Amino acid sequence: MNKKRPVNLDLMTVRFPITAITSILHRISGVILFFCIPILLYFLSCSLSDQISYDAISAVFESFPIKLLNFLILSALIYHFVAGIRHLIMDVGIGETKMGGKLGAKVMLFMSILLIVILGVWLWVL
Amino acid sequence: MGSVRNITSYSGNGLRDWLVQRVSAIILAVYILTLVAFMICHQNLTYGDWSTLFSNLFFKIFTVIALFSLILHAWVGIWTVLTDYVKPTWLRGLIEIAVIISLIGYFIWGVEILWNIQGVLF
Repeated sequence: MNKKRPVNLDLMTVRFPITAITSILHRISGVILFFCIPILLYFLSCSLSDQISYDAISAVFESFPIKLLNFLILSALIYHFVAGIRHLIMDVGIGETKMGGKLGAKVMLFMSILLIVILGVWLWVL
Repeated sequence: MGSVRNITSYSGNGLRDWLVQRVSAIILAVYILTLVAFMICHQNLTYGDWSTLFSNLFFKIFTVIALFSLILHAWVGIWTVLTDYVKPTWLRGLIEIAVIISLIGYFIWGVEILWNIQGVLF
């Protein structure tokens, strides 16, 4: 093997294409959501068991830290959802070229940011 | 020619995993959109609205199917990620067992929540 071949082990200087970034974010958001399953089940349990616990969890949801937690979990869900829809669209053969892939990744990022902003407005403004 | 089988993939078959991931994703997407539509229709959601929805037998069945899809979907996804990043077999196996036990527990917990709804008391 040619020992003089260039080697770049500094990952910070490697520029990843947008498709690689959206793909790794899909994985990261999925793993985050996996860890959030018990939190969501706990909230569901509180909201459904009876009126008293529903009122209690509603009050807790209004506190800033829990509202922020819900915002972050739902943001991960929105991203994972939109990225998943893009996957399904690509499964039927749309946007599979190099250019199509990049465009699809950009549209997907835009859609998820838009929906996350709407979520923020819904949680804090409405 | 022996085909490569991986006993720890969900089904031992990559194509079936691929299909399970898609079908469960579609079920979960429809479920989430249903919940979002319900919340948009009930701007000031009360316990009455919420518990009535989850007490409905059809929605209960839908929720159990969604829960089941969730654990299959999570398993295929987590399995893929673990296979890519956790190289020592013993460690990966250990984490996989923990994930499977957790997911089965979440499913049972979810079903238990659905069958313990007090509802509005008159």
